[in-house]
Amino acid sequence: MSYGAWILLTGCLVGITCGITGAILVLRKMAMLADAISHTVLLGIVGAFFVTQSLNGLPMLIGAAVVGLLTALFVQLLDSSGVQSDAAIGVVFTSLFALGVVLISFVGDSVHLDVQHALMGEIAFIPWETFELNGMNMGPKAVWLLGAVLFINVALIMLFYKEIKLTTFDPQYAALIGIPIMFIHYLLMGMVSLSTVASFDAVGAILVVAMLIVPGATAYLLTDRFIVMLLLSGFIGVLSAVLGYFSAVLFNVSIAGAMACATGVLFFFALFLSPKYGFLTKKLRNKMLKT
Amino acid sequence: MNALTVDNLSVTYDKSPVLQRVGFEIPEGSLTGIIGPNGAGKSTLLKSVLHLIPRLTGDIKVYGKPYKEQRNLIGYVPQRSEVDWDFPTNALDIVLMGRYGHIGLFRRPKKKEISLAKEALKKVGMEDYANRQISQLSGGQQQRVFLARALVQDAQIYFMDEPFAGVDAATEKAIMNLMQQWKYEGKTVLVVHHDLQTVEDYFDHVLLLNKTPVSYGPTQQVFTMENLERTYGGAISFIGKSAQVIQERG
Repeated sequence: MSYGAWILLTGCLVGITCGITGAILVLRKMAMLADAISHTVLLGIVGAFFVTQSLNGLPMLIGAAVVGLLTALFVQLLDSSGVQSDAAIGVVFTSLFALGVVLISFVGDSVHLDVQHALMGEIAFIPWETFELNGMNMGPKAVWLLGAVLFINVALIMLFYKEIKLTTFDPQYAALIGIPIMFIHYLLMGMVSLSTVASFDAVGAILVVAMLIVPGATAYLLTDRFIVMLLLSGFIGVLSAVLGYFSAVLFNVSIAGAMACATGVLFFFALFLSPKYGFLTKKLRNKMLKT
Repeated sequence: MNALTVDNLSVTYDKSPVLQRVGFEIPEGSLTGIIGPNGAGKSTLLKSVLHLIPRLTGDIKVYGKPYKEQRNLIGYVPQRSEVDWDFPTNALDIVLMGRYGHIGLFRRPKKKEISLAKEALKKVGMEDYANRQISQLSGGQQQRVFLARALVQDAQIYFMDEPFAGVDAATEKAIMNLMQQWKYEGKTVLVVHHDLQTVEDYFDHVLLLNKTPVSYGPTQQVFTMENLERTYGGAISFIGKSAQVIQERG
């Protein structure tokens, strides 16, 4: 495959993985917690590097998952001890991220790990960081990592589909009939952490938030069905990646940036033109009713 | 047999007590209205009995056994305002959620569950709205969707939190029909209620509550002017008309 095709595939995998998972976060009104986790996983990545002295996929995933869950746990603890929930997120998120930033300065120049890279990612380098199996070139590491995380997330959503749906719509009732709501909460936080760390190399900590939240928010405007919203959100993620890639090539700009911009453009299209909730659609409908 | 036994239940929010040493026993097959002024802890009582909020002290038994072992006997109709009705789904799907406890982990609702849910929607007069997005339903219709969800739970004890608040006549009738049906089937119903005028029409038992139970028993014996004054304290003048009704009866 050409370099361009690998980059495009990576972008699409980021879009679909973050899109499907992020749609659930949007419905649970946890977009800010996703933002927090997407930053604090940096600490997990640096931590995994210090333990293993390499940037391998599996230790990184584990480190990120641990720190992601810790983030969710700390926020929960502060929240229940009386701190305002947005302040709780702000405190935990910045302090864990800052710790990651401090620790990253101890990493030598020999490894490609720095703050700039962590924040922005560099999808253009993805095709060079390949992984070999029995001497065979298996393609970029990031593609395998993203593929594995996508598989895990989809499998977990399928297994716990009705529990995720009920705890999102009516957590009290879910608790009443014996569904372990905290388990589902941490399961989702784990999924967010995995999605973030897998997308990290490609789009970085800031832009991954766009991929997590905006496709879900867009899909929310376009459908009245939970399952359709998840699938549509994944599709919008892919569409953003494709649109972003080709406009980046066309205008010779940052690929990850263009992909994130594309999510915003699609969101505004939906906001104005959604059949049910769009501004223009509503105006048009009112006009037709008047005449 | 007592369907529900509550012993020494206390709940606090931020150190100030909301419920103090609440104890009562609800006989099987009774229809109980939980009555009291605003801030008396009616909803708190319901939620703490259902283990939805933490208790400071208190022992709750359902049919003589600890609550946690009897979870599947409990049905619940929360206040309508407690969920976000913009959630992307339809009425039938919400009713199906009442079966999740029976279906168990990893399984999907099957045809049997779907026909049960449709039947329940029909019973509350909502069969034509099965596929309607829930945000497009009126308040009363949303309440009936919650009723249908409780109905398919096929529980033994039903808890309802202000089901009559701000609903239309059709919904009021649906709630009354359902309560009568449950009573007829030997099920027990507890309802947090605020409208004193309808207490005698709806309930055969009354629990008067103001942070601690003032009185509990059959409506005829307990729902008296004297007890209401003790429950509502100085606020009794606001009761107005219903107080008159009781006096005239007495």
